[in-house]
Amino acid sequence: MPTLNDILILLPEFYLVAAACLLLLLDAFMKPAQRPLLHWISIAVLLVAIYLVIAGQPDRAVTAFGGMFVRDDVAEIIKVFALGTTAMIFVYARPYLIDRKLLGGEFYTLMIFAVIGIMLLVSAGNLVTVYLGLELLSLSSYALVALNREAKLPSEAAIKYFVLGALASGMLLYGMSMVYGASGMGGTPTLELAQLSHVMGYTTAPTLLLFGLIFMIVGIGFKLGAAPFHMWIPDVYQGAPTPVTTFVAAGSKLAAFGMAYRVLADGMGDLAQHWQLILAVLAVLSLAIGNLVAIVQTNLKRMLAYSTISHMGYLLLGLSAAGPEGYAAALFYAICYALMGVAAFGVILAMSRAGFECEEIADFKGLARKAPWMAFLMLLAMFSLAGVPPLFGFWAKVLVLEAAIHADMLWLAIVGIVFAIVGLYYYLYVIKVMYFDAPEEGGALQVQQDKPLRLVLSLNALSLLALGLYWGPLLAWCRRAFGV
Amino acid sequence: MFNHLLSLLIWLPVVGAIPVLFAGSARPNLARWLSMLVAVLTFVASLFLLVRYNADTGGMQLTESYLWIASWGVHYGLAVDGISVALIVMTTFVGILVIAGAWEVIQDRPHLYMAAMLILEGLLIGVFCATDALLFYALFEAILIPMFILIGMWGGPRRVYATLKFFIYTFFGSVFMLIALLYLYQKAGTFDLATLAALPLTFKEQAWIFFAFLIAFAIKVPMVPVHTWLPDAHVEAPTGGSVVLAAVMLKVGTYGMLRFILPIVPDAGAHFAWLIIVLSLIAIVYIGYVALVQEDMKKLVAYSSVAHMGFVTLGIFIAFALVREQGSTDMALLGMQGAMVQMISHGFVSGAMFTCIGVMYDRMHTRQIKDYGGVINAMPWFGFFYVLFAMANCGLPGTSGFVGEFMVILASFAASPWIALFAAFTLIIGAGYTLWLVKRVLWGEITNPHVAEMKEINGRETFVLVAFAAAVLALGIWPQPLIHLMDSSVSQLVQQLAIHKI
Repeated sequence: MPTLNDILILLPEFYLVAAACLLLLLDAFMKPAQRPLLHWISIAVLLVAIYLVIAGQPDRAVTAFGGMFVRDDVAEIIKVFALGTTAMIFVYARPYLIDRKLLGGEFYTLMIFAVIGIMLLVSAGNLVTVYLGLELLSLSSYALVALNREAKLPSEAAIKYFVLGALASGMLLYGMSMVYGASGMGGTPTLELAQLSHVMGYTTAPTLLLFGLIFMIVGIGFKLGAAPFHMWIPDVYQGAPTPVTTFVAAGSKLAAFGMAYRVLADGMGDLAQHWQLILAVLAVLSLAIGNLVAIVQTNLKRMLAYSTISHMGYLLLGLSAAGPEGYAAALFYAICYALMGVAAFGVILAMSRAGFECEEIADFKGLARKAPWMAFLMLLAMFSLAGVPPLFGFWAKVLVLEAAIHADMLWLAIVGIVFAIVGLYYYLYVIKVMYFDAPEEGGALQVQQDKPLRLVLSLNALSLLALGLYWGPLLAWCRRAFGV
Repeated sequence: MFNHLLSLLIWLPVVGAIPVLFAGSARPNLARWLSMLVAVLTFVASLFLLVRYNADTGGMQLTESYLWIASWGVHYGLAVDGISVALIVMTTFVGILVIAGAWEVIQDRPHLYMAAMLILEGLLIGVFCATDALLFYALFEAILIPMFILIGMWGGPRRVYATLKFFIYTFFGSVFMLIALLYLYQKAGTFDLATLAALPLTFKEQAWIFFAFLIAFAIKVPMVPVHTWLPDAHVEAPTGGSVVLAAVMLKVGTYGMLRFILPIVPDAGAHFAWLIIVLSLIAIVYIGYVALVQEDMKKLVAYSSVAHMGFVTLGIFIAFALVREQGSTDMALLGMQGAMVQMISHGFVSGAMFTCIGVMYDRMHTRQIKDYGGVINAMPWFGFFYVLFAMANCGLPGTSGFVGEFMVILASFAASPWIALFAAFTLIIGAGYTLWLVKRVLWGEITNPHVAEMKEINGRETFVLVAFAAAVLALGIWPQPLIHLMDSSVSQLVQQLAIHKI
């Protein structure tokens, strides 16, 4: 029987569900003239949610609904950044969506439901909650990708995303059922993560458990977009409306990290020696495929898609270290990637307008002349993604590499750093196009005049520099969450 | 202010670049004067360094240390010894000259050019005084960003190829150093260079770390066979970029060897010293011949830079051989000192040579030697300076080029006459390519009508060339103050060479 305490622990989530429903009603009943208000209300809703997450944070981890839901520092950090990046995406998305006549209540509502999915997923104390959060996030994302339902490319992307996503969910569920079965052989069957970690000790069917683990890793790998489960990433990134791509790149990667941490570290911690090497192989494949294929892309969104794959490789480097320091490094990396990704896509959004997506790399020719400030912000994002100091992305890479070396996987760190050199090329190429190429005659580049967009985007990109100069507190926060 | 003199030196140009940027392309002159002001202030501040640094006691001085990243124990740690002081003063000096040199030459977005130069200057100063390995590494890599922009935006026709090659090549080298540093961090729990220097390491570890460091610094120096990025970068870079690249950035490589290879992996360093000595000799002899056949003036000077930097690496590693195999500390000291003097001297000489080529390029828009001839008739004053720097480049006594090379050759004679023989080849080859260059460019009849139209150097160019000439002559005639400045620090380094860490 849920108590008041349970509800208080889930207050941010309950609040967001209520707010999302309210937004739907508002959208339906507001006068058309007042509709623009919806945008600001949605941002306010997210900011209040951040406040609720931080203010209500208990001193130590608490569970609710009989262990279904965990509220600890890891969840807090991921929630804060997922909510924050989503609020940023709202700001960046407005001019883009207005230009394409896509701005409506459904965008905000679906996004907020997706965020609720993230919040449930990263707070999961039970495999059922994992699945619940994942599906809420995924279904909202499928619909968001198809937001522009009349265009062909987004619909195609959405179908691909949906079909492959459903397959991955199926794998995950199948794995969960095996784990459930294995836990029942020699003990009480359970889906609770905290108890699953002991299953290996007593089960009479360890092979079944390991098979379940592998199937669940497939599901996690799909959500992370790690090779070889990356096939959906390029098409979805390129096909989805850019604001949705940004969300898939930033928010859902944070969620994927949270999911991997909950399932593998919380639930399958005893099997670390088994999944460690699997993750290392996924990391190497992601680094190789992501970086090598990104080189030949001409579409910036698609290039960033492959770059995401490689970045998930780095994140997996930290995860595969299978220790609190490695998890802290991976969480740091996920946060860093979210901020970098939002900044890079933010510039694309700022440069696009009705009838011009500004998503080909060649579209950015001579940006440094036409819009020096935007070019500078993109430069920060690119150098950060490439991992050049003093930008934020460099330190995130250093942390995961250190975690890998710490876990006696020097070879993995060396593979990681070698692919950083490969990856350098395509980021530098974008800078080359912006700074060293002359703008095209009668070129179409012009910056969105939306003031909030420019302000928040500037702060976002400059934060990559600021956090690069002083990243200690953020690292300390991440490490504290894992008790290091 | 004196407590934070080093921070001031780093941050003054970096922060000073911001108003220069905001001065904008609309008011290019404001941007120029602002950047000149910042550069001069930085130079003046660096002169205080000469006053505050006590060369008699040596050691690391003017220390600043603040906890930067608490959970990793990373410090924002700065300190200087004599070598750093000399390099920093040279950097700030060259900093003024490149800004003066670019004054009206850079017409396209001068504010960006000046700002990139200032940021580059600040980062280079930071590299020369970082005492924390992670801080050093971050600055070491961050240098690439402004240089990438400088070559790519204001460079020649193949600038994109050159700048990408430069960036990826040097990045490639340094990442292995990062792995080595992280490995050391695992063992020592800190990135503090002094602690790492005291850390015992097995020979196997030392050997791996040695090669990780070597690839990073050898590319930066650059040593044969990883020098191929340099001619491309030099040829395509704008004059100021070439000057900073040759005068200061190459020194980062050899400076890194002093700070990392020597103290952290001395045994591996001694064991593989022969390798570096052989590579240095190849640089001196073979690259000298390569310079001889160049048809592009900048390429010629770029190759001569590789040859001259060969003397620096030779001087550093000959000291290993001398100390470890012969126990002759005095000769090792001489070789090491020669290497240090050569570092500073090459900074001024190569900077001056590139400035001269820039002066001619601004008038003729070509760097091909065959397009020139008889320049002395059109520009007698310019010819005077050009010949002076050419003489310094081939190591004529009385110029700074002589002192360092002579000391290194003397020291290598003590190690082996054969090494000295090959090293001394430079006197012939260096004279060969430099004098032949002078002959083809300056002397003779004017064959190209455009040469006759070349205007004599103006006041600004004269200022830059006079400043370089003063430095070259001062170091050549009276090198004692420079040697004294670095003396105690160099002897400390030599003492460290003898310490076994296994």
